[in-house]
Amino acid sequence: MRNGRTLGRAVTMWLALALAMAAAVGMVSGCAKETAAGSLVVKGSDTLVNLSAAWAEAFMEANEGVEISVQGGGSSTGFKALIDGMADLANASRPIKDSERQALEAKGKVPVAHVVACDAVNMVVHPSNPIRSLTMQQLSAILTGQVTNWKSLGGEDRPITVYSRETSSGTYAFVREHVMGDQDYVFSARLMPSSESILQAVSQDATAIGYVGLGYVTEAVRVLAVAVDDASPAVPPSIETVNDGSYPVARPLFVYSAGEPGDLGKAFIEFCTSEAGRAITEEMGFVPVGS
Amino acid sequence: MRSTLSLRPGPRPRRRATEGRQAELVLAGLASCSLLALGLIFVFLVKEALPLFKSYPFEDFVRGLEWQPTSTNVRFGLVPLLAGTFLVTLGAAVIAVPLSLGVALFVSEVAPKRIRELLKPGLELLAAIPSVVYGFFGMVVLARWLQGVFGLTSGLNAFNGSILLAVMALPTMVTLSEDALRAVPESYRNASLAMGASRWETMIHVTLPSARAGVAAAVILGLGRVIGETMTVLMVTGNAAQISFSFFDSVRTMTATIAAEMAECAWGTPHYHALFAVGAALFLITFVFNAVADILLRRGARG
Repeated sequence: MRNGRTLGRAVTMWLALALAMAAAVGMVSGCAKETAAGSLVVKGSDTLVNLSAAWAEAFMEANEGVEISVQGGGSSTGFKALIDGMADLANASRPIKDSERQALEAKGKVPVAHVVACDAVNMVVHPSNPIRSLTMQQLSAILTGQVTNWKSLGGEDRPITVYSRETSSGTYAFVREHVMGDQDYVFSARLMPSSESILQAVSQDATAIGYVGLGYVTEAVRVLAVAVDDASPAVPPSIETVNDGSYPVARPLFVYSAGEPGDLGKAFIEFCTSEAGRAITEEMGFVPVGS
Repeated sequence: MRSTLSLRPGPRPRRRATEGRQAELVLAGLASCSLLALGLIFVFLVKEALPLFKSYPFEDFVRGLEWQPTSTNVRFGLVPLLAGTFLVTLGAAVIAVPLSLGVALFVSEVAPKRIRELLKPGLELLAAIPSVVYGFFGMVVLARWLQGVFGLTSGLNAFNGSILLAVMALPTMVTLSEDALRAVPESYRNASLAMGASRWETMIHVTLPSARAGVAAAVILGLGRVIGETMTVLMVTGNAAQISFSFFDSVRTMTATIAAEMAECAWGTPHYHALFAVGAALFLITFVFNAVADILLRRGARG
């Protein structure tokens, strides 16, 4: 009997607690809402689709009545939708092509580019590796398996072991597109399930080279400086060198609008590079832009 | 015969018939539910795998030597993944079979009761360790150790996976083969001892051969667990989709491929269907393993 009553009291207490929490959540979210209604269709780059969706989610949470739909399909798909008027904004991991610009201008609109984030990776090697920098061409040769020994790059006589992210990772695709000219990774490349496991493996393997997002580096690995080509200086990666465009294993990511964006579009793009937007950018493994 | 797999009904006490029949019906319903689930899972796997072969030749999938699922020129070759699974499983078998046979013989034939009571729960506890913990251990501790002992550039290889999977297979193999050994009638042993054979000779020449069907089933079921294990191999084998027959090379297993790629692979793409095709192949392999184990157990039960 007494047990029954204690149980009943405990249940009541938990219910009350849950109610109180729900009320608190309701009040907080109620306060944060601003008023700006309307809808946006954002379409394009698969690189940007997850980041863009995360921004849209946070933006919709902060602005009641706003509907933002984010779709992937690739940068070209996004530009096509922008030209056809099927999308308000186009996500792109490359600048607009001349043909796409002309098609848009034929409709009486001028493409306007907004840089919302950057893609960038650190190339890392074992701390005992005497190599300090590589060129983009050397990186490509290593990752595709054309060069298999550090000696031919001016290092010690050791084989090269490539550590990469999984095939489904955006970073894997970025490196393949941006560094390797869309060639395939060498078959012996070890595909690691996370950036942490790449760091762990590279820190233990004197033959290793791997790549991780800009924020991931630890003391246990050496970060390489990268040069565009033999004639250029090697640049170490940092948020500054990525933003000023001097670090080559990086690319700006764009949102394009046809003409100046409307109020809602403008607010959304501004949100992407705001304090809150930049926090999301970093969380999703990209480099935030803007100050 | 004591066995965890063939639970045969004993003689049934005659009591109220209707109550018994109702219970039987409920149990039969539950049992057929699991069969139905099995069938539906297989149908689902095949249904999701088949669309791949509209855009990608079946022959190239089964005999393809390259797995490049997100290349500009995609290739979904099963062979490197099959080879990876085979190599890791073979290594695990070579380590786990003698070890678990030894342990099972010790526990069932040699060990005093008190040691047995300590050893069995300890072994079963091995099965309770989450596979991600095994993987973490392999990545951080075992990889470094292998690297030092064998002078390798990296400890993330097939051998690392084999060692961990062997340990993970031990509980299944030991428990089931110990059951098989204990099911050998005491009279066999007594007869052998009475003929002047030593305990060792009795164990090796009488007890073990009498239990061979059950022991073989134990080994096969243990290996079934090894083939299906995912997280550990994903973390410790390095996942290079290359065809290699060296235990010190990195390999990529079928399970690791599915786990790593399914999460972010776009729905309805050839890549998505290819992963289901890999899953269906894996299902077929474990199905054959379990069927063989079951047939062996039945043969053992018949005597």
